[in-house]
Order: sequence, then structure tokens, then C-alpha cells
Amino acid sequence: MIEWLLEPWHYAFMLRALLGTTLVGIVCAVVGSYIVLRGMSFLGDALAHAILPGVAVGYLVGGSAQDALFWGALGAALLSAFGIGAISRGTKIKEDTAIGVIFAGMFALGIALVSTVRNYAGDLAHFLFGDVLAIRTADLWRIGGLGIVVILIVFLLYKEFLVLSFDPVLAATLRIPAKGLNYALLVLIALTIVISLQAVGVALMVAMLTTPAATAYLLTRRLPVMMALAAVLSVLAGLVGLYVSYYLGIASGAAIVLTATFFFALTWGIKAWRKN
Amino acid sequence: MRNLRSLLSRQDDRLPYLTGHFPPHEKDAAVLEAAGLGFQYDGTTALEQISFKLHPGERVAVVGPNGAGKSTLFKIIAGILKPSSGQVEVYGHEPGGHICIAYVPQRNQVDWNFPVSVADVVMMGRVGKIGMLRWPRARDWQAVHRALEVVQMGEMAGRQISELSGGQQQRVFIARALAQEAELMLMDEPLTGLDMTTQEEIFYILDALRDQGVTVLVAMHDLKVAAERFDRVMLLNHRLLGLGSPEDVFTPAILQQAYGSHLRLIDTNKGMMVLEDTCCEEGDHHHD
Repeated sequence: MIEWLLEPWHYAFMLRALLGTTLVGIVCAVVGSYIVLRGMSFLGDALAHAILPGVAVGYLVGGSAQDALFWGALGAALLSAFGIGAISRGTKIKEDTAIGVIFAGMFALGIALVSTVRNYAGDLAHFLFGDVLAIRTADLWRIGGLGIVVILIVFLLYKEFLVLSFDPVLAATLRIPAKGLNYALLVLIALTIVISLQAVGVALMVAMLTTPAATAYLLTRRLPVMMALAAVLSVLAGLVGLYVSYYLGIASGAAIVLTATFFFALTWGIKAWRKN
Repeated sequence: MRNLRSLLSRQDDRLPYLTGHFPPHEKDAAVLEAAGLGFQYDGTTALEQISFKLHPGERVAVVGPNGAGKSTLFKIIAGILKPSSGQVEVYGHEPGGHICIAYVPQRNQVDWNFPVSVADVVMMGRVGKIGMLRWPRARDWQAVHRALEVVQMGEMAGRQISELSGGQQQRVFIARALAQEAELMLMDEPLTGLDMTTQEEIFYILDALRDQGVTVLVAMHDLKVAAERFDRVMLLNHRLLGLGSPEDVFTPAILQQAYGSHLRLIDTNKGMMVLEDTCCEEGDHHHD
């Protein structure tokens, strides 16, 4: 049994994968808690998909050099976030419509760009579903560094984000700069998505942002506890998911997300059962 | 509720009761002065030509049919909405510069499942005072706990807000306004949906606030309560139809102007009784 448990970690790439999913899981859980509480899941999903053209441009320019991918993705995410804000404010179009339009448009642009490359299917799958097993040490440094920045900003703006999420009217009477903080939150979400790209890919990103946080929301009544619990669940899902991926030969991103979903289903089921 | 008055009226605990600072404002200046306020959106006029003054420590009921613009007026006073015309001055300044105004929301506009405790909610009132990038200090928590004691909710500090009764919910938000060190409280239908006993508890707290010079503006539906428990009443229906003592404002003529057919007039042998806003107590306020 012990040998069975330890075997995957004899491989350096598995250890790097574990460290990667742990870092990504913690950052996603913290930022995801705000996404869940403010009902922004659709926006999170859209932003994750909308980074594809940025990734593609980065890929076309810099090959698989991660720096180019990173900046391309971040640029696309910010552009989409501000684009959605501009459209829904400037016209009578509602925000979720603006999200839908930008999301699909950017995603299609990404597919179009990737399709110009010869090895089209393989590369696209890589971006869509991530490949945490291919994570490199340099990637881990970037994920760790930016992850700390994201969490530090959440820590420093904790009470402002809290007021803004709970009671925007109070935020207005207290002269809290709501517009700036809402954009700050969007930038944090964009950063989180970009550093998580390698681990879960574009298509499954929203699961990392929402599923552990939603599970924690069912279990606790305090925001800091919710964030911590979501982080624990997220890290656990990464660990279990990697075992599943290793022994059953399942794609790592899918295995991690399925594990997180299983945790959610279990929690929800127990809650529902207890109620009756 | 017995120690409430003594808690609030301790000499060293004068307003703002929580930090011991005296308000920086002059004693008898008007707390609030509105001049020619108007508000239009999408071509509809929510408010027009609203002018009035509020004095320190008075308690004013704001009544009028649904959609009369009560919430809009409150939001303009709180500086959340910008008036289309006219202006508001709070202690002689634009409301934008002040955080001494507290808006106490309608209970149905609060997400009671939000993962925060009673103390967390009250602490939100201090966010403006604490300042950006900082965490609450010991004296902020002290202020929170004293505010909770004032509304008799000290023992509930650790509870999640979904566990509270309607009256307790209302008191938590009053405590938040206290923690904010508000000198002007705008309460949006705090009595709606509360039974008589619970309403009494709220009035007990409001009485104590009045003793401390806190000015309170309460939007409400019940004309009888407005007439009995408030210093002045303001009758609103897009325009300011009356502001003064209940006897002066709640006359059949003025009320008819505000409510039209939604009003029940009762002729008694002592004179005319007009005490019913038959319009939906718990109705929707989307247009408000």
C-alpha cells in the first residue's frame, strides 16, 4: 500500500505536477471564493476561454516559450474583461450578453489562430485541457511568484472586497472606490486564470475557480474559513486527481476536476440527505 | 433593554459613542439641507423640487405610496445617486465628502446567506474609518462590540447572519450604522414585516439614538406609527407634499394628493381619521 502511494512521486515530473496543482489550487480557491459569492462564474469561464487568442499569438511568436504564452494570455484576459465592462456600460446590452459575445468571439479567434499551425489538434488540446505533467521548474517559479502576489493583494484589500461583495450600497456611502476595486478583482481573476492555464487548461478552468469554493460555501459560514477550506479541498483534489491520472491513465486536468466535482457532489448529497 | 439608555447616555460616551471623539460639526447647524432636488431616469421623473432642512437629533418619518421616490431620495442624500438638479448639503458640505451618513437597507435587499458573522457585518461600518490596505485594530473591534451592546446583540456577535430573526437583522444593521459613527441615519422601511413587540424594540433603540443627537430619517408605510412616534413627518409622492407635525401634514386634502384612491378615510366622531396606506406593505419596490 505504502509503495503504491509513494510510487508516483519517484518521478520528478509527478512531483512538479503536485507542486503545480497545489499552488494553482490555493490561488484559485481564494479568488474563486469571491467569484462564487458574487455570482461571477460565467464571467470566470468566459475570461478563461477568452485568453485563447492571446495564448495562440504567444505560441506563434515565441513557440512554446512560456513567457510569450503568459503575456499573450494576460493581455487577452485583460482586454476581454475591459471589453465586457465597456459594452455592458455603454449600451443597453446586459452584462451576460456582453460576456457571451466576447467569450465566443475571442475563443473562435483563438481556434482560428491555432489552426494555422501544422500540429493543430495536439496544440489545441494542450491549451484547452492543460498538461500539468509537463510543467517545468521555471513554470513553478512563475506560478508561485504570481500566486503570492494575488493572495497578498486579496489580503490587503480583504475588507474592501468584502464590503463590495456584500453591500455595494454601503461601499458607496463609505466612499470605497468601487469601480477601481471591481477592476482590481477582474485583474486578479485574469492573473489567476493565466497562471492556472498549464494545470487545467482553458476549458476546465472554471471548475478550479468555482467547484472547491462552492463546496466550501456549503460547509462554512465565514469567508476566511471558506477560503481556507476551499484551498484544502482544491489541494486534495489535485493530489487525488494525480493518483487517478497516474494509475488509470486519465488526462490529469480532467482527473483533478472530476475529483473536485466528486467532493462537491458528496458534500451536496450529505447536506441534502441531512435536511430530510 | 434596560441598560440601553444608560449605555448610550454615559457622559464620556457621547456621540460618537464608540471612540469618544466629538463630532466635528457645529451644534445647531442644519444636519441636512436639500434645495430643489430633482431626479430623472429614462425620461421618468422620480423626484422634483424637493427642498427641506433637518435638525440635529430629530426623527422624521418619510411616507408616501410605493414608487414615490423614498429610496431614491435616501440614495441621493447618502451620495449614492447624483441628483439631476438641485443639491444636498450635509453640515454644509456635499454628501460626497461625508461618511457620517449611514444607509440602513431594506432587509429583503440583503443576502442573508453571505458567509459573515454578525460582528463581521458591523465591522463593515468601520471600513471607511480604518482606511485602505489596513486590517481592523483592537479599538475597531471594541467599537463593534459596543455598537452590538447598544442594540442588545452583544451575545450574538459570533452568529452567522442567516440565523437571525427579522428584528435582530434590523438591529445588526443599526449597529453597523453606529459603528460607522453615523450622525444621520437613513432607514429604508425598517419596520416592514416586524411584529408590534419587535417594532417596539426598534423604537427603544431609536429613542436612545435621539437622546444622543443622531438624526434619523425612516421610510415607512404605516401612517399611524408615523403619526404617533415621530417628531415630524414628510409626505412624498415625487414632490414634497408636506413636512411638519403629523397634524399639519396628515390632513385629508394633503393625503388625498399623495395617495389618491389608495387611501382609506375614516370618519369618526372626533374628526377625520386617515390612517391607512392600503398599498402593499410587502410589495415590490423595484421602481422606488
